[in-house]
Amino acid sequence: MVDTYFLSQGLTTLAGLLLLPFSSLAASQIEDQAEQFFRSGHTNNWAVLVCTSRFWFNYRHVANTLSVYRSVKRLGIPDSHIVLMLADDMACNPRNPKPATVYSHKNMELNVYGDDVEVDYRSYEVTVENFLRVLTGRIPSSTPRSKRLLSDDRSNILIYMTGHGGNGFLKFQDSEEITNIELADAFEQMWQKRRYNELLFIIDTCQGASMYERFYSPNIMALASSQVGEDSLSHQPDPAVGVHLMDRYTFYVLEFLEEINPASQTNMNDLFQVCPKSLCVSTPGHRTDLFQRDPKNVLITDFFGSVRKVEITTETISLQPDSGVTESSYKKDQMVEELMEPLKYAEQLPVAQIIHQKPKLKDWHPPGGFILGLWALIIMVFFKTYGIKHMKFIF
Amino acid sequence: MAAAVRISLLVLLLLGPGGWGQAEPPRDSLREELVITPLPSGDVAATFQFRTRWESGGGQPWGQGVSHYRLFPKALGQLISKYSLRELHLSLTQGFWRTRYWGTPFLQAPSGAELWAWFQDTVTDVDESWKELSNVLSGIFCASLNFIDSTNTVTPTASFKPLGLANGTDHSFLRYAVLPREVVCTENLTPWKKLLPCSSKAGLSVLLKADRLFHTSYHSQAVHIRPVCRNAHCTSVSWELRQTLSVVFDAFVTGQGKKDWSLFRMFSRTLTEPCPLASESRVYVDITSYGQDNETLEVYPPPLTTYQDVILGSRKTYAVYDLLDAAVVSNSRSLNVQLKWKRPPENGYIHYQPAQDRMQPHLLEMLIQLPANSVTKVSIQFERALLKWTEYTPDPNHGFYVSPSVLSALVPSVVAAKPADWEESPLFNSLFPVSDSSSYFVRLYTEPLLVSLPTPDFSMPYNVVCLTCTVVAVCYGSFYNLLTRTFQIEEPRKGGLARRLANLIRRARGVPLL
Repeated sequence: MVDTYFLSQGLTTLAGLLLLPFSSLAASQIEDQAEQFFRSGHTNNWAVLVCTSRFWFNYRHVANTLSVYRSVKRLGIPDSHIVLMLADDMACNPRNPKPATVYSHKNMELNVYGDDVEVDYRSYEVTVENFLRVLTGRIPSSTPRSKRLLSDDRSNILIYMTGHGGNGFLKFQDSEEITNIELADAFEQMWQKRRYNELLFIIDTCQGASMYERFYSPNIMALASSQVGEDSLSHQPDPAVGVHLMDRYTFYVLEFLEEINPASQTNMNDLFQVCPKSLCVSTPGHRTDLFQRDPKNVLITDFFGSVRKVEITTETISLQPDSGVTESSYKKDQMVEELMEPLKYAEQLPVAQIIHQKPKLKDWHPPGGFILGLWALIIMVFFKTYGIKHMKFIF
Repeated sequence: MAAAVRISLLVLLLLGPGGWGQAEPPRDSLREELVITPLPSGDVAATFQFRTRWESGGGQPWGQGVSHYRLFPKALGQLISKYSLRELHLSLTQGFWRTRYWGTPFLQAPSGAELWAWFQDTVTDVDESWKELSNVLSGIFCASLNFIDSTNTVTPTASFKPLGLANGTDHSFLRYAVLPREVVCTENLTPWKKLLPCSSKAGLSVLLKADRLFHTSYHSQAVHIRPVCRNAHCTSVSWELRQTLSVVFDAFVTGQGKKDWSLFRMFSRTLTEPCPLASESRVYVDITSYGQDNETLEVYPPPLTTYQDVILGSRKTYAVYDLLDAAVVSNSRSLNVQLKWKRPPENGYIHYQPAQDRMQPHLLEMLIQLPANSVTKVSIQFERALLKWTEYTPDPNHGFYVSPSVLSALVPSVVAAKPADWEESPLFNSLFPVSDSSSYFVRLYTEPLLVSLPTPDFSMPYNVVCLTCTVVAVCYGSFYNLLTRTFQIEEPRKGGLARRLANLIRRARGVPLL
């Protein structure tokens, strides 16, 4: 009895010793999986940057959008993945004392317009309809690629909007508005069509927090420059340009982003604290309840930078000249061409030919609609008055 | 585009190790040129031209066959083949060329965006191709060319003959549109620069800096694509892409009132090296001197060669700086230039196509004969119509633009010009083909017209709704009450002490009792 007991004890301890390495292996696997869960699963980054204000005194809204554009480009998102919408042209505006520049700091320290800017939607093209079409992807087939948001379910999208707004709406170009409900529905459409993996929405307007109140789709994080009932204020005017250059919230966001580089590990909690009430006068707000990950695990570069998977190889590759292909094709072209007659250029102003040409008449279509109805009425009245049998007096 | 730079680097790598076979296929060539012209008003005009010739797309039918892109940008090459283009001309301009003060330009463009294209005869639906073409170009050049539709497109019947090789000119394959409200800024210059083989890294394109180019009285950038003769016998065809950029630097704004000009003062940069892909890279400076002003133009450094020719009807002398010859940094000074031209009398022709609302614009073409030493005025009466309220732009008080008019003229030249061989002569002399040596062709544009239409008060719908609702509420409400309210007689109640006291006072006053 005692022997079997000791034997069983030994067996259990042996089994325990054997199980220990297996359990540690399982624990490390769980740790890996947990780490994967906290790291974002996106493979590409997009940015939609919208300035909705027109007229020279709204210079600061264009400067806001361009400073976010500049940061996003600097951190790696290429122009092909940025949809930039500017509702008015400030850089080449006749009232701009320094053409082709848009400054964000006074004394002309930083030109956020730069030398390499590509604006996708400009001037009258920035409308609520075009903005919603870009977001939802319901765009006419003739739209060029640079004007489309070609995101998929593994895309992290940054959406930045600035302009004049109020409680529940944002004004586009002084002629129309977009409401927070429309915006929330557009994001839901994007979610249903799996057009984003995670979405960061930043808005810098008066009462900006009202714009993210109605969101109900998952994986959206939102930041705003002011709460409902508060105004977002502008930062500093420049005496040479004559208008306010930036809004306070975006000015401090820009200063914060200038410290970020593509390898930075700064997380979203720092972005939430970027502008306290002492600097911004308004109270910036944020909303993270729809977001699955904890904001402290979300890197700034998850949205403002670009994911790049690079594999470095040390083997050399030699390039072969392909002269054979072009030679044969050239010979074929040459044979075809030599059979042709010599061509000549057209006369730019052939007076004799112009005078004697007859302008082409458009094809004649039978009258329709109102004219047809009018003639039918006239004919009916005529026959009613005179009768058919009197036709012989006419013909 | 970055792709063009990468392809050009690939070409450089291929040229090194291997060589071509005996029968060398014709290679794409790049010629770049800058012409600096001092203007009579003390301003200076600079005209850049970059000509890329594409050899791999030739033969009949044009546009088909092999598509090798070495120097020619792929974006435009694919446009030509996809939309079966024969010619494409797109220009974006800010400002207006003041012919009275500045003289005749080499190539003028209307303020805003101008797009005209000749399609090949194989195209079945020209309007459909035109619409798609303008959308694609709006993406390439970051301009709002997608606003081109049937309301601002016309089909000219006499002007805008093809500038390249033509196989018959059926004007139904021509489309022309102008967007006068279009703004030119750095976002249009950036993709334009990326189409150049050397981008803005070497050669004359290093001078293209946006902050200087837009601080000018006149800025015009254009892209011209057309088929040209490959050789003197014109038995084969190659595609030519000309990118032109004309700027006029204001003497008072940028020059602080001084008439001394240099490349550094104009562009804040100097030329260092030519583009390695260019077969020709030259700077021409107009040094024609004039006896009337007793002012001669001095150019430093002294030019090694000069070029004399009859340009736009008068003999001009140009100082030539060849960047491929020796590394020279060039400076230039200003001079007064005067040009005179006369118009020969011609018979008349008028073509008028009235507008249809929301479908097509007015088109008026006239061939006029002008008497000598006179002023001729052409005026058109118009009415201002009311627009629908959705058709107003967000800033309607700015006004609405009427496109500029085009003036095409054959001007007899004082000196007979020999028909130019397009390969030997410089680029600015081969813009328009010369068939009759006694006259030269010029195309001018007027200013666009800004018309202020009566703008409705957009707050009126709200006011009207409020007012109407109030009136309806008051009137209808009153009637409703009168019709549906019933009156009941109330039994007088037995009063308490307060009532009897009140009745006493009332009786004393003579007022009816409670």
